[in-house]
Amino acid sequence: MLDGMKKSNAKLIAYGGFLAVAIAFPFISPNRYYLTVVTLGFIYAIAVYGLNLIVGYLGQLSLAQAGFFGLGAYVSGLLSLKLHLSFWISLPMAAVVTTLVALLVGLISFRTRGHYFVIFTLCIGVIINLVIEKWDDLTGGVRGLIGIPRPTSIGPIDFISLESQYYLVLFFLSLTIFVMSQIASSLVGRTFKSIRNSEELAATLGINVMRNKLLAFGIAAFFTGIAGALFAGYIRFIGPDISNPHLTFEFLLFLLIGGQATIAGPLVGTLIATGLTESLQFMQEYRMVVFGALLIIIVKFFPGGLVGAAMKLKTKIEKRMNKANKSVNAPSKGENHAAKNRGFN
Amino acid sequence: MLLKTEALTKNFGGLTALNKVDFEIQESEIVAIIGPNGAGKSTFFNLISGYYPACSGTISFLGKDMTRTPTHEFACRGIGRTFQTTNLFTDSTVLDNLIIGYRSKTKMGMLDAIFNTSRARRDEGASREKATEVLEFIGLTEVKGQPVGNISQEAAKRLAIGLALVTEPRLLLLDEPAAGVNHGETNELAKLIKKIQQTGTTVCLIEHKVQMVMNLAHRIMVLNYGSKIAEGTPKEISNNERVIEAYLGGTAHA
Ligand SMILES: Nc1ncnc2c1ncn2[C@@H]1O[C@H](COP(=O)(O)OP(=O)(O)OP(=O)(O)O)[C@@H](O)[C@H]1O
Ligand SMILES: [Mg+2]
Repeated sequence: MLDGMKKSNAKLIAYGGFLAVAIAFPFISPNRYYLTVVTLGFIYAIAVYGLNLIVGYLGQLSLAQAGFFGLGAYVSGLLSLKLHLSFWISLPMAAVVTTLVALLVGLISFRTRGHYFVIFTLCIGVIINLVIEKWDDLTGGVRGLIGIPRPTSIGPIDFISLESQYYLVLFFLSLTIFVMSQIASSLVGRTFKSIRNSEELAATLGINVMRNKLLAFGIAAFFTGIAGALFAGYIRFIGPDISNPHLTFEFLLFLLIGGQATIAGPLVGTLIATGLTESLQFMQEYRMVVFGALLIIIVKFFPGGLVGAAMKLKTKIEKRMNKANKSVNAPSKGENHAAKNRGFN
Repeated sequence: MLLKTEALTKNFGGLTALNKVDFEIQESEIVAIIGPNGAGKSTFFNLISGYYPACSGTISFLGKDMTRTPTHEFACRGIGRTFQTTNLFTDSTVLDNLIIGYRSKTKMGMLDAIFNTSRARRDEGASREKATEVLEFIGLTEVKGQPVGNISQEAAKRLAIGLALVTEPRLLLLDEPAAGVNHGETNELAKLIKKIQQTGTTVCLIEHKVQMVMNLAHRIMVLNYGSKIAEGTPKEISNNERVIEAYLGGTAHA
């Protein structure tokens, strides 16, 4: 009980700290360029949170995510550009359409497993990319959509300044993190993890594997669609590239660097990787050499990513501190009990 | 009658792993299935737990046809099982294994999780309570916080049984619960199985340890090459000519 309270306090402090820094960032950022980079990083991070749910928690490597990101961006972009709908209608529409498409895709793709699932979702990603690129009349083909309106202002709050756009994106990022952490710590999150660990055992215990997979896939697509819509409203010019499977692999890279199946991982990984990308601009295409090496090191030595490694370090230190504390106190009944437990190892 | 199979058959390619088996399990008994290696015992379990679809024949449970029911529904309707090779959620602790085992009995969904509704809290509390209760029952309270990779073989066997028990089965299928554990531990497991039956759960077990089967089972079915060759009380089975022949003849095993 006490432990639980300690844990939730630590969680609150972590969230509060992040929010405080994030809110202060526009004021302390030395230049506006950083602000644009971080805003874009936040948008990508929302999509990476979606990927984290599928890959990290559910354990299914979906390569269709950039397709969903592009879909969200185009739905929102088209609705606000061609139908002049408010951003506050086109964004939820983008999320809903992306979710529906994902559910349809999931219904078929989850009939396959393992490598087949990976290849199937990659194909879906390619198909979405092709449709966007070839459906010239609707999407503008390779020319893309130009001059997408900014997010519509809400009463006195407009989204013209960079700062206001940053805060808009921060709002959605916080929402995403909140929802994801609620899911991860609940029975629903445990259910996803059980499917990752053993589908057969989960089914044997009465868990409807298909339904849970669809649920995770749908939620992931929902947030990926929101990320796409935010991207369209922020960059205001989108081309078929944003649905290219290349982007999926980039999301995956962000996730692996940060740490899959962790709550901080997607944000940490995305910010570090986008930051690195920007600072390695001078290397152009050769950037990937750095990323490749980084990825190998992480996969080999920190399978839980940076956040996973940090958490491991933390429990190690805590254990050591506990031991130190115990040797100070006279051995009590509880101590004997703990010793017995350890002996079981 | 709890479970009834009629002409239950399973082919793997050209191999008939289970051949037209008729069998019945009565409420609150302990029945055992024995037979040489490869006789089709595990296959029989895999069919009546919905793990594989049958090729032909029928399964009915509590009077309802289950032949076309999806796997996860079997647990919901009251058939719990363990696997021959102990199957646990290896990436979590003993307690967390049991908590997720109770998931099919809880109702909370995505929205409950996001808004941490009273239903979510109730379900999480109930899962924890049930897990703790089963932990006590199977005698693993001491190791509840351990990752399952750290516990002994015998503890893992108990946990696998506990995992099936949290689903609150009417019928519990145990596939070689005492394989690979020593004599003393086997006796402890036999006690646990007896205790499970006394709480009102029907048990069907596959076991090669003859002594254990003879002591526990009210009734025994013997399979050989996929077919039922005998059925009866332990006494009847130990005197049955065909059974003795099957064990001494083909792939001998004790
Ligand atoms: N999934 C499968 N695919 C192909 N053949 C299988 C499969 N499962 C079982 N078999 C075959 O079916 C036959 C029966 O196997 P089963 O596992 O039911 O035997 P068993 O009685 O449980 O044996 P044991 O005592 O060794 O556990 C064996 O010949 C086995 O090789
Ligand atoms: Mg077997």
